Amino acid sequence: MRRVGVVALNTFREAVRDRVLFNLVFFALLMMLAAVVVGQISIGIEQSVIVSLGLSAISVIGLLISVFLGVALVSKEMDKRTLYALLAKPVRRWEFLLGKFGGLVLTLAVNTVAMATGLLLVMLYVKHSLERSDAVVLVAVYFILLKLALIIALALLFSCFTTPLLAILFTAGLYIVGLYVQELRNLPLEVMSPAMTAFTKRLSYLLPNFENFNVMALAAHGRAVPGTLILQNTAYAVVYCAVVLTAAALVFSRRDLK
Amino acid sequence: MAELAIEIENLTKEYSFGFLHLKKKTSLEGLNMQVETGEVFGFIGPNGAGKSTTIKLLMGLIFPTAGSARILGKPISDIEMHRDIGYLPEQPYFYDYLTAAELLDYFARFHDLTAADRKERVQRMLKKVGLETAGKIQLRKYSKGMLQRVGLAQATLHDPKLVILDEPMSGLDPVARREVRDIILELKRDGKTVMFSTHILSDAEVLCDRVGVIVGGKLRGVGATSEIVDMKTQGMEILFDLPGTCNAPLLAKATRTGERYRLQVAEDQLYTAIEQLRGAGARIVSVSQVKATLEEYFMHLVEADRAQAAAVEVSGK
Repeated sequence: MRRVGVVALNTFREAVRDRVLFNLVFFALLMMLAAVVVGQISIGIEQSVIVSLGLSAISVIGLLISVFLGVALVSKEMDKRTLYALLAKPVRRWEFLLGKFGGLVLTLAVNTVAMATGLLLVMLYVKHSLERSDAVVLVAVYFILLKLALIIALALLFSCFTTPLLAILFTAGLYIVGLYVQELRNLPLEVMSPAMTAFTKRLSYLLPNFENFNVMALAAHGRAVPGTLILQNTAYAVVYCAVVLTAAALVFSRRDLK
Repeated sequence: MAELAIEIENLTKEYSFGFLHLKKKTSLEGLNMQVETGEVFGFIGPNGAGKSTTIKLLMGLIFPTAGSARILGKPISDIEMHRDIGYLPEQPYFYDYLTAAELLDYFARFHDLTAADRKERVQRMLKKVGLETAGKIQLRKYSKGMLQRVGLAQATLHDPKLVILDEPMSGLDPVARREVRDIILELKRDGKTVMFSTHILSDAEVLCDRVGVIVGGKLRGVGATSEIVDMKTQGMEILFDLPGTCNAPLLAKATRTGERYRLQVAEDQLYTAIEQLRGAGARIVSVSQVKATLEEYFMHLVEADRAQAAAVEVSGK
């Protein structure tokens, strides 16, 4: 695992030096603008607007980084052939893959924590105080981070066997489908044959369920998130990531580097 | 028999191509080759002959269609064996956001070295490849020659027993080539086994104990240069100056380069030719034997391979 850590720290260093964290400047400007505008126009619903805007920004920025950098994690190393010298060291391919995954999750964790801190500061500015119920914002941020880890794992899997462009399309496509898993499960029986219903139901359990990670509405109104959901989402993300990363490692372990 | 650093048995690599990957191209066909411990082995062949394919197979970057190979007695699938080997990829490209010192430190971390040991080795290697003053510059600002030196440093940083270099002199200026040659000779003096691929035959002739010649994915010859090339004298070369002008018939066969003439004659006609030239007022500068070179041997193989490929194409039609 030490070698995984070495690769992960270098991946984090790469993201920092490639100025990935510069997105924080954009987020800070957005939040400052929101604080000024919201304070003037939305009396009584400041918290709801600020939290919705802040969490949406954290989610969208994180999504963009996780899809594009997630796909580039392996494909860039193969295109530029930086991987050749590394794999000549005593490093297994799965260790490299896991290290790259860990490095980008670390990058996004730092990024997300920084943005969450900014969001809390803006909430403090608008409301003049923070309450215990505001902790739900942190739970929402944690769920966003779990969701992003899952997206990185999927991007990594796709980039192991297809071109970067297709990998981006597959990852983004699966994310969008994953937002509507519940709808897929509840498709009305009368419009489909029983076989089709059974198929879509099974498929819906295989697809990543991103809907469960969205607690923005609860956070916007300061309502608590059930503890069971926190445990359930954590376990789901860990198991799903493990399965996807295992599949990625299996594909990558037999792949010829060009 | 000497201990073997590399043993290759029937190694074959086929690539699939086309939209459905149904077409096959054989890049390497049934390669059998051995590299002995402590020798400098040159793997020579034209571009696309299968040199890099062989090296990538040995390094586990691609996988064989058939056959097997062992490095230092262990199968190539054994990653732990990589502790004892160093590898320089062809046209190396490293993380350009790192400095040379950071890159070497990063690679050293995979070899279980302590922080102090890593620091000492990184500085020593940077000095050895002449980059001690450029160690803190990001690699994106390095020239091709400098990157090659970083590549050599990372390949030898952990004191490996076997060093595999893929086209280490390719694209380098004469000074950089000389430096790479010196590093290879130093590795040999340190008792390392070195295998390097090249299409620059003069480098192979100067550096290698043995060479393997690969053309069209097949090994065509392996051994010491003197063993694989027919070293029988093919004639005599006379180098001479001719201050004035004369009409000696031999001069029509001579080649003029600047003020100097070069004439090739059969061995039994040497003295007759010298007498004629001296009679014409020429000053003999030197007389030397003409032998087949590795280059001629190599070109002969390449031309034979092309002729065979053309014959196959014609019969195929």
